[in-house]
Amino acid sequence: MAKDQLNAQKNYLNEQKGIKSWLFTLDHKRIGIMYLFAIMFFFFIGGVMALFIRLELIRPEEIVVGADTYNQLFTLHGAIMIFLFIVPGIPAIMGNFFLPLMIGAKDVAFPRLNLASWYVYILGSVFAIYSIMNGSVDTGWTFYTPYSSDTGGAVISMTLGIFILGFSSIFTGINFIVTIHKLRAPGMTWFKLPLFAWGTYATAIIQVLATPVLGITLLLLIFERVMGIGIFDPAMGGDPVLYQHFFWFYSHPAVYIMILPAMGIISEVISVFSNKKIFGYKPIAFSSLGIALVSFLVWGHHMFTSGQSELAAMIFSFLTFLVGIPSGIKMFNWMATIYKGSVSFDTPMLYALSFLFLFGIGGFTGIMLGALSVDVHLHDTYFVVAHFHYVMMGGTVMGFLAGLHYWWPKMWGRMYSEYWAKLTVAVIFIGFNMTFFTQFIMGTKGMPRRYHSYVDQFQPLHAFSSVGSFIIGMGFFIMAAYLLHAMFRGKPVGKNPWGALTLEWITSSPPHHHNFERTPLVTDGPYDYDRIMVENDKWIYKDQPVEKPDESQEKVEH
Amino acid sequence: MEHTGDHPKFLAHHFSEASQQQESAKLGMWIFLVTEVLLFSGLFVFYAIFRAWHPDMFINAHVHLNVYLGTLNTFVLITSSLTVALAIRGLQLKKNKQAIWLLIMTLIFAAIFLVVKYFEYSHKFHLGQLPGKFYSFDGIVGTNPHVFFSVYFLLTGLHGVHVIAGMIVIGYVLLRTIKGHFSAEYYTPVENAGLYWHLVDLVWIFLFPLLYLIG
Amino acid sequence: MENHHHITPLKTYLGVAVGLFILTVVTVAVSFLDFGPFNLVVALLIAAIKGSLVALFFMHLLYDNKLFGAIFSISIAFVAIFIILTMFDTMGRDMVVEGKSKPINEKAVIYSKQDSSAAADTTQSNH
Repeated sequence: MAKDQLNAQKNYLNEQKGIKSWLFTLDHKRIGIMYLFAIMFFFFIGGVMALFIRLELIRPEEIVVGADTYNQLFTLHGAIMIFLFIVPGIPAIMGNFFLPLMIGAKDVAFPRLNLASWYVYILGSVFAIYSIMNGSVDTGWTFYTPYSSDTGGAVISMTLGIFILGFSSIFTGINFIVTIHKLRAPGMTWFKLPLFAWGTYATAIIQVLATPVLGITLLLLIFERVMGIGIFDPAMGGDPVLYQHFFWFYSHPAVYIMILPAMGIISEVISVFSNKKIFGYKPIAFSSLGIALVSFLVWGHHMFTSGQSELAAMIFSFLTFLVGIPSGIKMFNWMATIYKGSVSFDTPMLYALSFLFLFGIGGFTGIMLGALSVDVHLHDTYFVVAHFHYVMMGGTVMGFLAGLHYWWPKMWGRMYSEYWAKLTVAVIFIGFNMTFFTQFIMGTKGMPRRYHSYVDQFQPLHAFSSVGSFIIGMGFFIMAAYLLHAMFRGKPVGKNPWGALTLEWITSSPPHHHNFERTPLVTDGPYDYDRIMVENDKWIYKDQPVEKPDESQEKVEH
Repeated sequence: MEHTGDHPKFLAHHFSEASQQQESAKLGMWIFLVTEVLLFSGLFVFYAIFRAWHPDMFINAHVHLNVYLGTLNTFVLITSSLTVALAIRGLQLKKNKQAIWLLIMTLIFAAIFLVVKYFEYSHKFHLGQLPGKFYSFDGIVGTNPHVFFSVYFLLTGLHGVHVIAGMIVIGYVLLRTIKGHFSAEYYTPVENAGLYWHLVDLVWIFLFPLLYLIG
Repeated sequence: MENHHHITPLKTYLGVAVGLFILTVVTVAVSFLDFGPFNLVVALLIAAIKGSLVALFFMHLLYDNKLFGAIFSISIAFVAIFIILTMFDTMGRDMVVEGKSKPINEKAVIYSKQDSSAAADTTQSNH
């Protein structure tokens, strides 16, 4: 292990070779890469399912799949995208890879737990695949009772799979909280943490507090099916609405598990590409924690029409509006950061700007849906579908792609083709709005979600939406092509292609096995673009003509 | 890397000093305990809501639980909590032998707890006081008495699983203590196993009155 | 390396254990008395005291990093949120608009799958 002299060529990718060195690695970077491939695989599967759904919906009559298969498709699309892609996505890939780098640590606090979380993820996904092969599930990704406690199909293996995936999520959460608390480099105070670290910290808190409740909920559902324990099934004296409380106590905060790390990435990218100090660092940091707290108080807004008490509905509706405050704080701070910055429109920034636009729409429609009287009409229509796709895809996936493009050169040491990347941004942005803005219109006209067929008047809109989804699909194929090309053939990059000030950019690209040659001593804030500029991988202080040091000249601890 | 000579054997490479590693491990353990508390919370919500809906049934059903065996088990668990706490104290004071015996005693108490639980369970199986659709007992007045036994078996069952898990963890640290892996400088795994065991005790402290005493 | 651990005196441990034993006896004894609705309150109060003793002394929260205590309290707080907000629904049905919910119709197709005598009572949603 003791590598005393790391020559510049050595990095985490080529330090050890062979499949074993990957499967048994404790290196957070390699685990992040392993997550990248596993999660992208399921993103692909979920995406193909989405395309089948949209293909079927081009015309009201059956085209490719029957109604039962259609029900399974949207269930699996939801379950896979949520539990296998978007919940683990940013934390497990970019959090694992970059969180330790950004705070100047050599690894996460518990590397073995980290590796275990990957294996648990794989195990859970095996259960999910098994249930697809064996009878599948057509309950919707929410597994609402009494249908889910009654219906045939592989509900047990699917829920068991998600139960197992919960452990993976918890392991990651524990690791990140402890890492941020205990492994920050000397000088890295709480308020010098990059905002991505704050985002993952808030995410980890939710993961730890909410995921166990999902676990017990799914266990209770399994017991209800096997033994009829009488908690959710009205035939046994249970209460189906109670299931929804249990389920959304996890799944609403889970929405913020998905969006908070994306917001962290957006904070990084916007500051770097505006070449300007982030506006309102502390408000952004604390609003992450605020979102994490409030997210636990609003779950009932998924249940306005499900028969919960009017009292609860009113309380939840009121509390829901509170979420708008911290989200609004973030939006305004990002816009204020761009204002009068010297903005460079590289690919990550384009995704970040898409995020601002699309998440803005998603957030506003969320406020509309949070209003009790409006929701009663829009509930279970395409308006809701469009809303959460604007938040999840327009928000989280755009953030994810921004991060992927921002850090891709650091992960592989090679740059992708900027031309193809920018083209893809345009393709995905246009396709996305074609697909989902249309669904807002359909929703307000009363098109219910989850239907295999529909009345003829919706046909043109459905067809338009489907065409949009194919454009998105095309965009992702182009992206896969140029990113894979960049992995092997891309142009090599230096340490700091974007001129960013966070710590992951002071080490080589790709980073070596132990991240830094020496533990960095942090003296500057992560966004001090007013004082420092980076040219050719050198830190130049504007107020004093002395050249600062990249790593080799850095002060050393010990 | 700074793998210097004074790096103790138990210290992982990404920590710079032992206290940092110890604090990290304990922090991780506490966060894990939080997840355990929230795992149990689902069942407590189950209990709270159905008790609020059917208070009479809960009261009529809970008299079928054996208060004396429950009390006995409470004493057993508290004692085991004490022994594990004293075992850690033994390690702190370099009395490793004492620590080993105290850990063994903890395991014995845990086993006693499970044996008592076994007698309680088999009695209920015998009478048909079973959860959900297996419920066949006749003689509890009130709405849906099978729900009470669902709650009872789920809560005590999940707790029992934690007792078994706790025994495995304590057995593991016991083995390592015997092998001499721990000292007054380094005993974090024992401390964490102890924390886990105390949580098992803590959950029982709430289970016992809710199920056995007030129903 | 400042690696000082707090070592709890033997007396404290034994004292706490004795306290826990006594409180167990008390809570069992009290359960034979009837305080009506306060049965729950009394039992939970004693359990809370016992729980705090375990957490503060056996789990060292009293001497350890305050962060651990904070983390543990947060978990309790979220359990409370879970119970209370859910009960706003389950206890509040019919509160604003009276008598709206009706007993579950057992003859409805989705409920007719099992013939459990135990599930006979259908009034539960009618509180």
